[in-house]
Amino acid sequence: MAGYKPVAIQAYPVLGEKITQDTLYWNNYKTPVQIKEFGAVSKVDFSLQPPYNYAVTASSRIHIYGRYSQEPIKTFSRFKDTAYCATFRQDGKLLVAGSEDGGIQLFDISGRAPLRQFEGHTKAVHTVDFTADKYHVVSGADDYTVKLWDIPNSKEILTFKEHSDYVRCGCASKLNPDLFVTGGRYIKVWDMLKGGQLLVSLKNHHKTVTCLCLSSSGQRLLSGSLDRKVKVYSTSSYKVVHSFDYAASILSLALAHEDETIVVGMTNGILSVKHRKSEAKKDSLPRRRRPAYRTFIKGKNYMKQQDDILINRPSKKHLELYDRDLKNFRISKALDRVLETPEITVSIIKELNRRGVLANALAGRDEKEISRVLNFLIRNLSQPRFAPVLINAAEIIIDIYLPVIGQSPVVDKKFLLLQGLVEKEIDYQRELLETLGMMDMLFATMTSKESPSLLQHNASDGFLENKKIES
Amino acid sequence: MVEEESLRVVRCGGSELNFRRAVFSADSKYVFCVSGDFIKVYSTATEECVHILQGHRNLVTGIQLNPKNHLQLYSCSFDGMIKLWDYTDGILIKTFIVGCKLHALFTLDCAEDSVFVTINKEKPDVFQLVSVKLPKSSSQEVEAKELSFVLDYINQSPKCIAFGNEGEYVAAVRDFYLSVYFFKKKTTSRFTLSSSRNKKHAKNNFTCVACHPKEDCIATGHRDGKIRLWRNFDDEKKYTYTCLHWHHDLVMDLAFSVTGSSLLSGGRESVLVEWREAAEKNKEFLPRLGATIEHISVSPAGDLFCTSHSDNKMIIIHRNLEASAVIQGLVKDRNIFTGLMIDPRTKALVLNGKPGHLQFYSLQSDKQLYNLDIIQQEYINDYGLIQIELTKAAFGCYGNWLATVEQRQEKETELELQMKLWTYNKKTQGFVLNTKVNMPHEDHITALCFCNAEKSENPTLVTTSKDGHFKVWILTDDSDIYKKAVGWTCDFVGSYHKYQATNCCFSEDGSLLAVSFEEVVTIWDSETWELKCTFCQRAGKIRQLCFGRLTCSKYLLGATENGILCCWNLLSCALEWSAKLNVRVMEPDPNSENIAAISQSSMGSDLFVFRPSEPRPLYIQKNISREEVQWGVFVPRDVPESFTSEAYQWLNRSQFYFLTKSQSLLTFSTQSPEEKLTPTSKQLLHTPAHVLPSASFLCSMFVNSLLLSKETKSAEEIPDDVSMEEEKESVDSDEENNFTEEVQDTNNTDLGKDIIHQLSKSEEKELRKFRKVDYSWITAL
Repeated sequence: MAGYKPVAIQAYPVLGEKITQDTLYWNNYKTPVQIKEFGAVSKVDFSLQPPYNYAVTASSRIHIYGRYSQEPIKTFSRFKDTAYCATFRQDGKLLVAGSEDGGIQLFDISGRAPLRQFEGHTKAVHTVDFTADKYHVVSGADDYTVKLWDIPNSKEILTFKEHSDYVRCGCASKLNPDLFVTGGRYIKVWDMLKGGQLLVSLKNHHKTVTCLCLSSSGQRLLSGSLDRKVKVYSTSSYKVVHSFDYAASILSLALAHEDETIVVGMTNGILSVKHRKSEAKKDSLPRRRRPAYRTFIKGKNYMKQQDDILINRPSKKHLELYDRDLKNFRISKALDRVLETPEITVSIIKELNRRGVLANALAGRDEKEISRVLNFLIRNLSQPRFAPVLINAAEIIIDIYLPVIGQSPVVDKKFLLLQGLVEKEIDYQRELLETLGMMDMLFATMTSKESPSLLQHNASDGFLENKKIES
Repeated sequence: MVEEESLRVVRCGGSELNFRRAVFSADSKYVFCVSGDFIKVYSTATEECVHILQGHRNLVTGIQLNPKNHLQLYSCSFDGMIKLWDYTDGILIKTFIVGCKLHALFTLDCAEDSVFVTINKEKPDVFQLVSVKLPKSSSQEVEAKELSFVLDYINQSPKCIAFGNEGEYVAAVRDFYLSVYFFKKKTTSRFTLSSSRNKKHAKNNFTCVACHPKEDCIATGHRDGKIRLWRNFDDEKKYTYTCLHWHHDLVMDLAFSVTGSSLLSGGRESVLVEWREAAEKNKEFLPRLGATIEHISVSPAGDLFCTSHSDNKMIIIHRNLEASAVIQGLVKDRNIFTGLMIDPRTKALVLNGKPGHLQFYSLQSDKQLYNLDIIQQEYINDYGLIQIELTKAAFGCYGNWLATVEQRQEKETELELQMKLWTYNKKTQGFVLNTKVNMPHEDHITALCFCNAEKSENPTLVTTSKDGHFKVWILTDDSDIYKKAVGWTCDFVGSYHKYQATNCCFSEDGSLLAVSFEEVVTIWDSETWELKCTFCQRAGKIRQLCFGRLTCSKYLLGATENGILCCWNLLSCALEWSAKLNVRVMEPDPNSENIAAISQSSMGSDLFVFRPSEPRPLYIQKNISREEVQWGVFVPRDVPESFTSEAYQWLNRSQFYFLTKSQSLLTFSTQSPEEKLTPTSKQLLHTPAHVLPSASFLCSMFVNSLLLSKETKSAEEIPDDVSMEEEKESVDSDEENNFTEEVQDTNNTDLGKDIIHQLSKSEEKELRKFRKVDYSWITAL
């Protein structure tokens, strides 16, 4: 026959943000570490090799931070003017940076002085990057040119002069077919394999998008903008799945290996570093000894003979503890078990009421037990979604424990608290009703006078009403 | 052509299975139960009905195996006859006429040629146990008038009488007494429970009794849930009893196992309790059997138990307390709130079943197909509890959606209301919960209807409520990148002057929605949800509302509480006609323009079939039932009938079923359902499977026989012996198939005419059979 049917726990609609895998993933960071830089942080770049240091370009300095250090490990400050675009090579050993005066400097991470200096650009170099073969550097500058430099000789190899405006952004191919380009408030995605076809154009920020970054899995795209938001998109649907808020306009954004750290540079020179929370630690208690492996495979490899009848053991349905209690009619125990989460408690109280045993479950409690129930009531009685059920339970408790009132100061205090709560709630309701009545009256006068001559009057009425709501 | 015969009301299925204890055959292969005027033989292995033994002309009240021949069965009935049956072939062997109403039947191994029956002599409430000597005679009908008195002042129910220790004594209980009659000593001892005299409202009345098969021990069940085991009762002074107490409500039935080592008890808790060695400690339970256990019986072989339940169900339980088979009839012990519906997929009748369930009942096979658990909560069977009731249900979009409403009202102000929407899952072949709406309205929901128009792209549901609103619910897509989901949301809320909304109905094409607000009918455009027009006749609240169909789709019909049936024309927005008719049930036929209305008067219920286009009814049948008719429904026929008479043409494409207040399901018919089977298929169905060749061998020939044959000669080519066999078989089957019960003959033709009519009918049927059917495939066997 049919088995025990577990109690259906009433689900209440969750207000606010929907909880999805993405919100869980992106919220799983510690509170940010704030580091003050000297100027606006224009670029943050992570090294791809352990220990995953990152270079922060701010004003005329480049700071290298370790993953967990709040002080820079190293500082390159040999710039005469503002430095731009400090970028690590793929192996994490070299760092290249452009600068306002048109120079490009190549540093060794371990050294202090620049290894190479590429002179050639006449105006500020805003973008520098290593090519995929590691031995060349590409740079774009405000003199409308893009140049390719050879590292060993520190010579200019090629110059592209097809640009007709400042080259501010560039990206060496890393075998990624899609290219993300920001422009104004739009993020545009182009498919390079199809000869530069526009895949999608995203407009989720209401100010200029300044930086883009792919998550380590490649499934999510992050964009930072001057509107102080970082948004996370799914790269399959290009829908926003999550967003972060920051204190100032965002200029740069970088994600560490495996999304372990999010580093955001802002216009006010603050670098915000968020580390992922470490996985919840396993219980330190020694694990109970499980049955040996062979117990689980016992009889599994037995081949069925011809005349054998296979009898399956009925699968055991997992029941919650309160369900197990209810199944065995241990009603008080079931109620005691669930006094923490109000949704479950209310469902259990409802179920007990349906079974006609709520009074039995509430009766016969000592001081400690009844004060637990009263505490729960005091916490949740005024919530409108639980009120109908809990008021009923409170009435039953009062009926049961009225004769013994005055015997325990603890319980008496709880009852007084409950009384105060109810009185306060009644006052609220009365006030709300009064306001509602006033509003009704105002609306009634408004609808009756529909002639345009009284428009002025109506407007003043509306104003009055607004004031009332505020008050 | 179907023979034109007078239309009559016939009872259709839904027979009761739990009236008396079931009886097992000696080898436990079959289980017998009384069912109205019939005895049904079920196979314990397959749950199928093997035979229906019919012959009694009134309620069958008791059955017992013949102790001398285990292949025979005795039965007694209110018509004063004891009949002896051969249940393996389903043949009546002998009839003994006793002549007075028989209430129960008992047999004993030692009592050679007599059986015991309960009769009432003078007063209506005084019953006697008498033994009837069954005379030996070769004739089919024998008078058995030789009654000898055994016990007086006993209870009518057979549960209150038990024979013990191989027929040495008989125990009977009534009120607060236990009487034991010893056959050898011919004395009666009477035991009273001492406490019963002192207390005014003592609850230890006896409810049932069972005797140990081997020892001198009597078990009695009581109203307060106690079971008492009596010993040493041959001495009126030294008798002792011990108490077993687990049940918290009255003990409905008790039974000892064959060896007497364990005692079975059951009651309202729907738990079968097995007491081992009559000890309080050794008990085993089989819980959650679904409904109150009414009877318990044990097979003579001792391997099976059978419990009969109040929800018209028998459960065959194995010795180790494992349910092995469930024989479920139409559940009828509760109020029907949902009305009768037809599942568009299975064509099954759908209505309230056991608590919190919707039952799907096959009208063709008189069998419950399945139960859909709507409320999905542990059912607590306790007296005085307010249960959640399933109040409304509706199918939509060709059976793809099912909407249900459940409610529970404890106090005036505390109403729990829930609406659930179920979608049909093709993979699992069942309904799956899609959306649950808590408190869809502030007050009771009065009606629920889907928009079933063919062109409607989006499923739409309308609910009306006593809170004065009607709500439109539509299916919306709220899938995102994480999951695909569709759910129902409220699209529009309408009201009309704060009147209670009582009924709603969509027009056939789905373009208009009619909602009745007490006395006013409002018409809404289903595209924009604008109020189009209103109709008001000032003739009481609207009770029923429906649109005309097909050619009559411009009409809207409404029946009011003051007994006025109104028909409005939607094109002219005016009243077309009205009639004075106190309509209880109004059902449109889905396949035609016809509308059936059942009116209620002091005399009984009358049926009117009419088309909205004209006020003159097509067909009137007076007095279809003496009781109030609660619900009705048209069931589309699989194969259309071809009544030529104009009066019966409304039954050509659909059949009309209705349910009376006492929960009997009735229909109109001119013939029994089994006659409708074509002779070929009937023959196939009635021939035992082991006699037939393999199905692959038969198939092509069988299919060919169903096709229109090119040469009509084939019928004559049948060898003689085959056709003889055929004839015999079909005659047999004609005899045994009349299981529809005639409730009343409404036509006033005199009897003589009727007989002649029938004769010619059967003859013609035979002729027809030979003319039509192509038997050539049989010759190949």
